[in-house]
Amino acid sequence: MKREAATTNGLRRKTHQRLPLLAQAGPVSLWMILFVTLPLLFIIAISLMSRGAFGGVDYRFSLKSYATLFDMIYFKVIMKSLNIAVLTTVSCLILGYPFAYYIARKPADTASRLIMLIMIPFWTNSLMRLNAWMLMFQMNGPVNNLLIRLHVFSNPVKFIYTDWLVFLGLVTNFLPFAVLPMYSSIEKLQDSLLEASADLGAPPVKTFFKVTLPLTFPGIFSAIILTFIPALGTYTVTDMLGGGKVLYIGNIIKNQFGVIRNWPLGSALSVLLLLITALLIFLYTRIARVEDLEVL
Amino acid sequence: MANSIVSLRHVDKWFGQNHVVKDLNLEIEAGEFLTLLGPSGCGKTTTLRMIAGFEKASGGSILVQGEPIEDKEPYQRDVNTVFQNYSLFPHMSVYDNVAYGPTIKKVPKAKIKEEVTEMLRLVQMSGYERRKPDMLSGGQKQRVAIARALINHPRVLLLDEPLGALDLKLRKQMQIELKRLQKKLKITFVYVTHDQEEAMTMSDRIAVMRAGKILQLGSPKEIYERPNCRFVADFIGESNIFHGKVEAVRDKLLDIATENGKLLSSGEGFLEGEDIFVSLRPEYLSLSKTALPGFDLRGRVKDFVYTGSVTKTSIEMADGSEVKMSRVEDNSEFKEGDTVYLSWDPPHSVPIHSSGEGEEEHEA
Repeated sequence: MKREAATTNGLRRKTHQRLPLLAQAGPVSLWMILFVTLPLLFIIAISLMSRGAFGGVDYRFSLKSYATLFDMIYFKVIMKSLNIAVLTTVSCLILGYPFAYYIARKPADTASRLIMLIMIPFWTNSLMRLNAWMLMFQMNGPVNNLLIRLHVFSNPVKFIYTDWLVFLGLVTNFLPFAVLPMYSSIEKLQDSLLEASADLGAPPVKTFFKVTLPLTFPGIFSAIILTFIPALGTYTVTDMLGGGKVLYIGNIIKNQFGVIRNWPLGSALSVLLLLITALLIFLYTRIARVEDLEVL
Repeated sequence: MANSIVSLRHVDKWFGQNHVVKDLNLEIEAGEFLTLLGPSGCGKTTTLRMIAGFEKASGGSILVQGEPIEDKEPYQRDVNTVFQNYSLFPHMSVYDNVAYGPTIKKVPKAKIKEEVTEMLRLVQMSGYERRKPDMLSGGQKQRVAIARALINHPRVLLLDEPLGALDLKLRKQMQIELKRLQKKLKITFVYVTHDQEEAMTMSDRIAVMRAGKILQLGSPKEIYERPNCRFVADFIGESNIFHGKVEAVRDKLLDIATENGKLLSSGEGFLEGEDIFVSLRPEYLSLSKTALPGFDLRGRVKDFVYTGSVTKTSIEMADGSEVKMSRVEDNSEFKEGDTVYLSWDPPHSVPIHSSGEGEEEHEA
């Protein structure tokens, strides 16, 4: 039995060596080419063409779209988007880490029930969720009514279509993405390491910064990637809670493709967003010297 | 005891409904190597964890150098622990692991370097400073773990089955090294193990535990030669245990009747008609062709097993039970199937009251 297994293994290794790299990764590469590379190339191609007279694309080479990007308005929008994406990510980490830690230290059955609690809103349709937020924070919605009844404010406050409601919406939207990888990282942390730290004279705060935090860093890193990137490009949250009045990069891109029908400019903005994200992640991995990502 | 460094007084521990440590009293002397020995679930690790501060005692008090430590957190206690699974910090190098304690205490960097170097030399791990724990073997990890604990100059070093994960040969080697280290540094070691041979090899004193209680406390020699109850006799080394009734008491000598025949044992404080266990080490057993005075234990030689250092003989008794004998010399006088009579020098057997301590909860 053992011998047979060994032979099969040897055989497999040989085939492994003979096959070229592309063939080994064949199915995966095909999938990636079809669904990631080709669409991306398509977007880059469109960004290098001209806008059609009545919308759409005129298949003539042009750098006009990229020239447009140097307008200060886009710079401002990008800065604003980066700003809110960073704020959202940091808030998700600060809110999510203690929660993830709390869940991870519970017995397995309690933990899975608590995980379920944060997954349920995540599974409901995001448009429905956002509509609920809009209703709640309307001028004469339940939140305003409650605040007036409690005499916190004498007149209704305008929450809807403001930056901070967008921020609130983003945080609640992305919190599960932050909690899950951090949970899986903290859950792997051995109690005996924390005990060893205490045993060697470290009070709880020192143990947290010297042992817990560094060892759960892969989870934190994944949480950052999983919240920051979608938060930077999102448009549903910003569209609905911001009412399209608060402009972020996601909305602008969406509008270029939908309402304004300037596909080349929309594509150029997408490429810019892609480059910014890639650059930030690159810098981040360099600074943090991340070896492995916490993948769920 | 004036010289005791750790005192456990009437210590109790409950985990919910489970009473895992029961009214435990123990005085650990400064500089000794004391082993808590017992089967899994006997409360030995819990006892150690209470001294370290990872568990709070449900009752009683624990004193280190006469000072109660119940209210001190683990990081405030002058004891250090070597864990069974090493528990080295995986994100730190060997150097940083060993330097962890002094770094926390803000010892100057140059002094830390000096001490880490010295400690790594002591555990023969010089040159491994830059390695990460996952690049070390089990034995190397444990050496680093020991250095990491010892660098804090603890009054007491607690070791929780530190060699449990190592293979037999390495374990034997580490046992000797640990014992030498302890003698050299004169630090009190409290060692937890379920391996009686390990306990015998290393300890100055052994506390045999079972079901949350210490059954016997004494030197390895005392425990081996004078077990005070059936459990200890059975647990430490190999024992033949005969069950019978005292028939006659004659001046420090007992005539005992068992199902397999009569036997003789020395013993004091036993009454005629009392239920008794007699424990005999296999190396003290003799065989003969005829019954010797006072003995009438007949059996049949079942088999011989040659183990290298000794030859082990099994003798089957009339009721089907087996008696073991071990001899350094090859015993060619008998062969398999021969009828033999068993006997021994009466002072070599240990009589045990059948209602002895620890027996009341035998099947608990």
